[in-house]
Amino acid sequence: MVTGGDMDMKEKTRGEKEYLFDKPKNVNILLGCFFSSLVVLLIFELFVHKHPHFPWEEWLEFYAVYGFVACVALVVAAKYILRPLVKRREDYYD
Amino acid sequence: MIDTVPPAAIFIVGGLLVPLIHGKWKSAFLLLIPVVGFINLIHIPEGTHWVVRFLDYDLIFGKIDRLSLLFGYIFHLITFISLLYALHVKDDLQHVAGLIYAGSSLGVVFAGDLFSFFVFWEMLTVSSVMLIWSRRTRASVAAGYRYILVHAAGGLCLLAGIVLYVNQTGSIEFGYIGLNGLASYLIFFGFGLNCAWPILHPWLTDAYPEATITGVIFLSAFTTKTAVYALARAFPGTEALIWIGAIMTGFPIFYAVIENDLRRVLAYSLINQVGFMVCGIGIGTALAMNGAVAHAFNDILFKALLFMSMGAVMYRTGKINGTALGGLYRTMPLTCIFCMVGAASISAFPLFSGFVSKSMVMDAAAQGHMKIIWFILLFASAGVFHHAGIKIPFFAFFGHDSGMRPKEAPLNMLLAMGITAFLCIFIGSFPRPLYSLLPYPVDYVPYTAPHVLGQTQLLFFSALAFTLLLLSGIYPGEQRCVNLDADWFYRKGARLFYHIMDKVFNGLSRLLDRVFVGGLAGYLGRISRDGPTIAALLCMVPAWVISGTTGEKLARRKAIVRTAMRTGASPVGISAAMATVFLLIVFLLM
Repeated sequence: MVTGGDMDMKEKTRGEKEYLFDKPKNVNILLGCFFSSLVVLLIFELFVHKHPHFPWEEWLEFYAVYGFVACVALVVAAKYILRPLVKRREDYYD
Repeated sequence: MIDTVPPAAIFIVGGLLVPLIHGKWKSAFLLLIPVVGFINLIHIPEGTHWVVRFLDYDLIFGKIDRLSLLFGYIFHLITFISLLYALHVKDDLQHVAGLIYAGSSLGVVFAGDLFSFFVFWEMLTVSSVMLIWSRRTRASVAAGYRYILVHAAGGLCLLAGIVLYVNQTGSIEFGYIGLNGLASYLIFFGFGLNCAWPILHPWLTDAYPEATITGVIFLSAFTTKTAVYALARAFPGTEALIWIGAIMTGFPIFYAVIENDLRRVLAYSLINQVGFMVCGIGIGTALAMNGAVAHAFNDILFKALLFMSMGAVMYRTGKINGTALGGLYRTMPLTCIFCMVGAASISAFPLFSGFVSKSMVMDAAAQGHMKIIWFILLFASAGVFHHAGIKIPFFAFFGHDSGMRPKEAPLNMLLAMGITAFLCIFIGSFPRPLYSLLPYPVDYVPYTAPHVLGQTQLLFFSALAFTLLLLSGIYPGEQRCVNLDADWFYRKGARLFYHIMDKVFNGLSRLLDRVFVGGLAGYLGRISRDGPTIAALLCMVPAWVISGTTGEKLARRKAIVRTAMRTGASPVGISAAMATVFLLIVFLLM
């Protein structure tokens, strides 16, 4: 997750100590670990015996799909519905 | 066996003594108070203690059972941590207010009667507002006033309910109340306000982020959790609480996603977490009640940890908005790690404290076949990871580089955060000691393979959603703005009220000013000044005319009379004649 801002800062602070995530390589390693752990989690499910309360808990990868969809829905609703409704200037109440 | 005293007394008396102690002893004294309090607490046997006869009622300052004890333990623990975190603060007001606030919470939790319960309940508000005002900014003063007004309204509602309730039942004992009749609804509502129920909640998100860096640690622990305790004591198994709790877990996370002030994000997530507790109390089974109070215990720790880490950032940088922060992991690595432990705990990662308590409430909902509630809670679980678990650490410590290279937090802050982080991991990894303190026997096993896997999948894939949304640029950027919430109604409503009152009463005042001050007073003034002259002329002129005085001579005489009357130099005869005429008029009018 190297953003433009990171690059700019590096230009400005040349000579400063380089920190862990200043190197794009480390960021990529982190992302790589993260994505592979997702795959591992999906595979693990095939070997786990479930004892669910609800039938849908038995569906394959229910929690993974729900977690992903819920968060996308959350962000989309917050950004495109809630924010236009409630956003005001910082001095709105002054 | 040692002699014990009411737990609240140690904190309140200790707090009042703080300004008398100076120098390095002050730090030791501050930390000693919760330690002495804790030793006192563990020596109090279960049962009813310190019963005082007052009028015709029994006041009970020590109703000690497993429910109140658990809250007692965590309140002592968090007071110690908060004081350690605040040791560098030179402002005695904050220490005194914090200790009285903690003492009042203990007073509420151990109160066995409604009268002392109510007194301590109100002391909570009065002492806690000092922690907001102590920041001494314009915003904090205003937020403090709003905070105290809202709580005063809630307190009055509670008082009305208590008076009605005592009148109906003839007893002031505080125990199970249940929803039946106006009195219980008023009490229910009074508790709900302190619990930050939806629509009643904005006092929390408005005031907490305006409090001092150290004060907010106290605030995050006490007010809402004493309300959770009160609900657990008086309204367990009340169905309305299930829905109220579920809504509480859901709606704040939308706000948290778009909020810029990171302490306000935490305030929203505080409501979200209290929602799990309220929901558990509503379900009311042994598992659900255990889950609710265990989650209150854990939430106090991990929420304090998150607030402490943000406080440390604020202390070092002077900033707290997501737009101004970023990249601080470089020079504040320990604070960053502690923050991530708090984030993992609130998100209920396996091996962290939230996992072993939140899942009890989820399981209780599932056992009760509450499908919709279960889905809402699961949504909230994913959402809380999104906004508190990832957003807080990411925007403060990673994300774009703000260019700031602040020093690591002071030692006392690091120690406070370190202890809390340790406890979060310890409870998460070894939940048995906590389970053994819960009100009901626990036969719940959090660490089963499907549970661990399901929860980990849920969290990792919501992290995936965050990552993809951020990389694609869809994730809403932080913006400097105000987000309207339910406090709009009283913040703008108060202004409308003010405007109406201004127009009506000041209008009336202006009208009266014009009539009485501008018109009537001048008129009366002129009458009193010119009246005697006119009266004198009315008497004299006919007499002069009859005696044949006309023309210029008459005019001269008139002028003499005018001058004489105006200067008060009229001959005695004229004055006497005037007085006679006046008396005659009065006589005739009578």
